[in-house]
Amino acid sequence: MTLIEAKDLTVRHGAQLVLDRVNISVAPGEIVTIVGPNGSGKTSLLRALLGLTPSKGKVTRNAGLVVGYVPQKLALDPTLPLPVRSFLNLPTSHTSQQIADMLDRVGVPGIETRQVADLSGGQLQRVLLARALLETPDILILDEPTQGLDQMGEAGFYRLIEDVRRDTGVAVLMVSHDLHVVMSASDRVICLNGHICCEGKPHVVQNAPEYRALFGHGTQGALALYQHAHDHDHDCGHDHGHDHHHAHDTATDEVEHAG
Amino acid sequence: MLDDFLVRAVLAGFGLSIATGPLGAFVVWRRMAYFGDATAHAAILGVALALIFSLPISLGTLIVALAMAGAISLMMAQGQSPDSGLGVLSFGALATGLVAISFVPKVRVDLSAYLFGDILTVTRSDLLLIWGGAGLIAVVIAWRWSKLLLSTLSADLAAASGVKPHRESLVITVSIALVVAVSLKVVGALLVSAMLIIPATAARRVSSSPVQMVLAAVMVSWVASGAGLWASLRLDTPAGPSIIVAAALIFVLTTGYRTIRTPSA
Repeated sequence: MTLIEAKDLTVRHGAQLVLDRVNISVAPGEIVTIVGPNGSGKTSLLRALLGLTPSKGKVTRNAGLVVGYVPQKLALDPTLPLPVRSFLNLPTSHTSQQIADMLDRVGVPGIETRQVADLSGGQLQRVLLARALLETPDILILDEPTQGLDQMGEAGFYRLIEDVRRDTGVAVLMVSHDLHVVMSASDRVICLNGHICCEGKPHVVQNAPEYRALFGHGTQGALALYQHAHDHDHDCGHDHGHDHHHAHDTATDEVEHAG
Repeated sequence: MLDDFLVRAVLAGFGLSIATGPLGAFVVWRRMAYFGDATAHAAILGVALALIFSLPISLGTLIVALAMAGAISLMMAQGQSPDSGLGVLSFGALATGLVAISFVPKVRVDLSAYLFGDILTVTRSDLLLIWGGAGLIAVVIAWRWSKLLLSTLSADLAAASGVKPHRESLVITVSIALVVAVSLKVVGALLVSAMLIIPATAARRVSSSPVQMVLAAVMVSWVASGAGLWASLRLDTPAGPSIIVAAALIFVLTTGYRTIRTPSA
């Protein structure tokens, strides 16, 4: 059984092919992480699954599927006064108790009356998550949810996601390029670069040559947790190696900066 | 009581405010000020066409305002720069309207009444139209409140929650056209969007939630209508512009209040 499934998903931005016949599915309760270098189509894939961007191919959602979406950022117009409580009541209203409990749950208790515009990056991400969770979603879709957080904040946020999954059984599909933290939280990792390079359990992907080609070896230390060497299956990749050289360079740089 | 022209004028101003308060807040949040202007300017063309074809004025303005709103939405959906395109449509429609009115035979048209409003000559049927139209807009906005607000905040968040942001945009667009049609008599085509923008902007300074801002905008409009009419009577100034001047003065006051309360800002 799958909650959401895409077959041969193809996205173009003008003449540029962003996603080329991508197949993806998420099962209930599963944490799936999409990793890939900048411009690899991660965000486009999420947007296409959400129906926010025109795409070719077939997206099938379970009937009545409730999606909790946590965007990369929220551009607030300064003309709109918006306390946290009002924001959490969109699109459906919740009781003060439900809101207080949820804010407590995501680790930012008692900020109902604060203006959303005045929140720090980490607080805003947790409030965005709280809003998504209040709708009791079947699946959470998070687009680089820890952008702008420091490493502590990042690790804390992913632990929170794991806890929420454990408590509620919600499935999670997220995009990230914080490889090391994310991988430990994932059941399945999809390595994307316009097409799916490889996918599987974190330790499998981490050792896959396709993954190494994109991200280099700079993450080895951080991924020491998953050193079950060479048990990856070789079917997971398909035609790779076209424009990976360039991607390799940028990705390596990124990892080094992040590390 | 309704026989008194001043009572009718006050009622017209109050009635219009229950639409321009909430709608004005959305126009400000969505940065559609120029959109409101263009739609209102098109109303002059509507007046001309209504006079030529002997239609009720409000029907003519509503049709042309709707057409204008549709044209702008279409243009923006195609990704053209709204700025210059809106200017072309806005002034094109205004000028065409002014030229067309000059062709209206044997009718002595008081053009300034349509440009700046003529609230002191509001009739009972005008009142019915104003309260009916404004009430409809207020009810629709209250009914779709959270969908409208979420779409305004983020089209992506709205779409992911199953709200259709395009549909909510259409609600706002049609409401603007409707408010233009019913407010022509009160403040006129040139000042309609002032009635949308100024009270809502003044309200922003003293509000900390969206609902508060809407209520404050309605109250600013009420006070401005009352004060403007009073000034118009005492000082013999044109009523529509006086209402807008009053609203602008309230804006200055609330801005001062905000500055005093938050000295660092």
